[in-house]
Amino acid sequence: MSFFFEVLIGGLLSGVLYALVALGFVLIYKASGVFNFAQGAMVFFAALTFVGFQEVLPGWTGLEAGGRAVFWLAFALSLASMVVLGILTERVVLRPLVNQPHITLFMATIGLTFLVEGIAQAIWGANVRGLDLGIADEPIEWLLESADIIVSKFDVFAAVLAGVLVAALAMFFQYTKVGRALRAVADDHQAALSIGIPLQHIWAIVWAVAGFVALVAGLIWGARSGVQFALTFTALKALPVLILGGFTSVPGAIVGGLIIGASEKLAEVYIGPFVGGGIEGWFPYVLALLFLLVRPEGLFGEKHIDRV
Amino acid sequence: MAREFGEVILDLQNISLRFGGVKALTDISFNVREHEIRSIIGPNGAGKSSMLNVMNGVYHPQEGKIMFRGEQRQKMEPHMAASQGIARTFQNIALFKGMSVLDNIMTGRILKMKCNLFHHALYWGPAQREEIEHRKKVEEVIDFLEIQSIRKTPVGRLPYGLQKRVELGRALAAEPTLLLLDEPMAGMNVEEKQDMCRFILDVNDQFGTTIVLIEHDMGVVMDISDRVVVLDYGKKIGDGEPDEVKNNPDVIAAYLGTSH
Amino acid sequence: MLYREAGQFKASYQEDSQIFPIRQDRIGIAVVLAFFFVAVPLFASQYWLQAILIPVLIFSLAAMGLNILTGYAGQLSLGSAAFMAVGAFGAYNFILRVDGMPFLLAIVLGGLCAALVGVAFGLPSLRIKGFYLAVATLAAQFFIVWALVKFPWFSNNSSSGVISTQQVEILGFAFSTPESKYLLTLAIVTVLALLAKNLVRSSTGRTWMAVRDMDVAAEVIGIRPMRAKLSAFAVSSFYCGVAGALYAYTYLGTVEPEGFNLDLSFKILFMVIIGGAGSIMGSFLGAAFIVLLPIFLNVTVHSTIGSWLPASVGSNLELIVFGGLIIFFLIVEPHGLARLWQLGKEKLRLWPFPH
Repeated sequence: MSFFFEVLIGGLLSGVLYALVALGFVLIYKASGVFNFAQGAMVFFAALTFVGFQEVLPGWTGLEAGGRAVFWLAFALSLASMVVLGILTERVVLRPLVNQPHITLFMATIGLTFLVEGIAQAIWGANVRGLDLGIADEPIEWLLESADIIVSKFDVFAAVLAGVLVAALAMFFQYTKVGRALRAVADDHQAALSIGIPLQHIWAIVWAVAGFVALVAGLIWGARSGVQFALTFTALKALPVLILGGFTSVPGAIVGGLIIGASEKLAEVYIGPFVGGGIEGWFPYVLALLFLLVRPEGLFGEKHIDRV
Repeated sequence: MAREFGEVILDLQNISLRFGGVKALTDISFNVREHEIRSIIGPNGAGKSSMLNVMNGVYHPQEGKIMFRGEQRQKMEPHMAASQGIARTFQNIALFKGMSVLDNIMTGRILKMKCNLFHHALYWGPAQREEIEHRKKVEEVIDFLEIQSIRKTPVGRLPYGLQKRVELGRALAAEPTLLLLDEPMAGMNVEEKQDMCRFILDVNDQFGTTIVLIEHDMGVVMDISDRVVVLDYGKKIGDGEPDEVKNNPDVIAAYLGTSH
Repeated sequence: MLYREAGQFKASYQEDSQIFPIRQDRIGIAVVLAFFFVAVPLFASQYWLQAILIPVLIFSLAAMGLNILTGYAGQLSLGSAAFMAVGAFGAYNFILRVDGMPFLLAIVLGGLCAALVGVAFGLPSLRIKGFYLAVATLAAQFFIVWALVKFPWFSNNSSSGVISTQQVEILGFAFSTPESKYLLTLAIVTVLALLAKNLVRSSTGRTWMAVRDMDVAAEVIGIRPMRAKLSAFAVSSFYCGVAGALYAYTYLGTVEPEGFNLDLSFKILFMVIIGGAGSIMGSFLGAAFIVLLPIFLNVTVHSTIGSWLPASVGSNLELIVFGGLIIFFLIVEPHGLARLWQLGKEKLRLWPFPH
């Protein structure tokens, strides 16, 4: 039984990571109706930029390598890069495509994926790098002793961080002026524009915030499994999460992430052996697909009525 | 002109339609007789388009009975309505934007075409013969609507009035027995409206097509309709010949001075 | 001046609905076909045949398949490579397990397997649209590749699913030289392109486009969206499947399931976007473009600025250029090279007197 819980908890915690990526998707989709396929690439870009800065900063500034100062400076610089990337994307890619069909925008973000991945690797190289956040990836002792369950400190840290991030975003949406404008834009672009909300500002802000979320996701993921190109594939797992949770729902992204994370690990352990293993790769998609047939709008999405 | 009508071909009995908690139509009954021009009028949001959508199966009413040609309709999908001879146009033009005028009108004949995918892939032979045979019919519609010069133009490039005409053409190509028109004259200038009126009357007259019409222009409605149904807030408040309806106090109240 | 249709009058609907209504176009296509069927095999080098022309033809076929689904029927798929894999492994197993199985029949049967699988994964399209569907097709992409690796039956028990294709033989003639493989591929692709063109200009094509442009209106006219979408999935997957079989038999010779990965699916999607969605000819242009671009980049960059460019930039240039081009085309010319070609022809009709 404790094995079951271990698998479950492990799955839930990796689900938190999926949720973090999915969160970036939801933010952009809510505000601009764009399904940003490049969110995974942005996570990769963010992590690579952070590690890259960590490597070069000691040489540039004479700061002690691996020190606190370098860490925060690299964080600030990566964040700035993500904001610039977000704003550039809005300017160069999305603005010219305003009012195009959703599917065109979606394909444009696939192009963006290639572009962002290419640029990230062109600048920083394609080597696999480690990333140390200073939190040990070891079991929490008292849980191990009392319940005989292995739960990593790092995973708990990641989960708490994700929780804080979601709470902060929720507050931002609910209580700030920009947040209110964001919700207005999400509801109806034209109407928001007509009452004087600067649409493009808002979009730039959203892309910047999505960049920030990508950075956080990239740091945690990078620390967990190394900063490498494979990050972009794992990020694809956020797509079934979105289907499950609905494209417009922040809580949906979290709950969906947890469900996908838990079920893929449980499926791998309990169903995998019967079919040769390795089913983690497609199980989330098939699960999402089956779910779609029952509830096309997702767990928290809104039902859509076609008007003719 | 003495007008003669046949049997009742469409009979709607106690139709109610809800979207979640919103009542779009409440307990509406009326009928349509063969060969007549039947108008549905009412203020915005009265449920006119919903009524049309119920008639051809886009919406499914929660309550009520629909009799079409004496048979009660079971669960109805739009394509079944089409195969029973019901064609329609839409309030917001619903043409296939990426296709030419000719191709758009050709789609109207799809139910009458028998060739399958394999015939189409081989093309030469049965598929080509069928294509040409239906092309002739479509050209008749094109002649009727006087749009010969634009037959190869993509519909997206046409002005609004012509698009409406092409949409009518697509519906006519199906040679319907019952034609539903959702605001065919909305947004048109006087001349375009006159043209459209002429087409509607000609269709009714030459082909004997029964027409159900939604229109906001009271002048037009009162001129060309045989009978008029008035809806308001999803309820029927008047029904009868144009003169009757015009003098119905409920209708006047609903329109409050906007009716002539 | 030469390209005029003045004086060419259509006296029947049959003449009016030809694939190439303008006489100069008919002459043009005859010249092109003669060039590729006769001149190319005589004069092209082995490298050109084996490394450029054969893959361009095969990818044109795959792009045509995706174009039917995405460009004509409006259903986005990110799983084209997986359907290619089904075709390749299907044909392989038919030839392996059925004695005396003719090659062409095996190719067709491989395509039919892909069509069946395509229909199965197309079923969700009845409930969902747009990028929901795109995500659903990712399920096909990952599941099919996984299944081909995990079940050794598909690859005749070879390790990690690698298959080496059998000798291609039709009526006793062995297709072993690049020239013969090229001609075989060209013949199959030409025939299938013609069939595809026939489909999209007939009422099957119109039902697809109607569903793409406005599905509610299509249904009201009497089109069954279910039938239209599933037939598009079937035909599209059939084309991808045949392309996959040719990919294995006339191009690479040895393939593994992992070779039909998401990247390949994206490549095919890019061919459709750059070539032109909703155009059979665009599929050829797009495939040629995407196959030639990396070679072109390689040659030009390395001979010019390659020496002082950091190695990391050089190796990622392809990603950057692909990504950039996709965005560029979507913004500037969403109908791709095919549309540019069309515009060029319209200009030519008026040249040199544009008024």
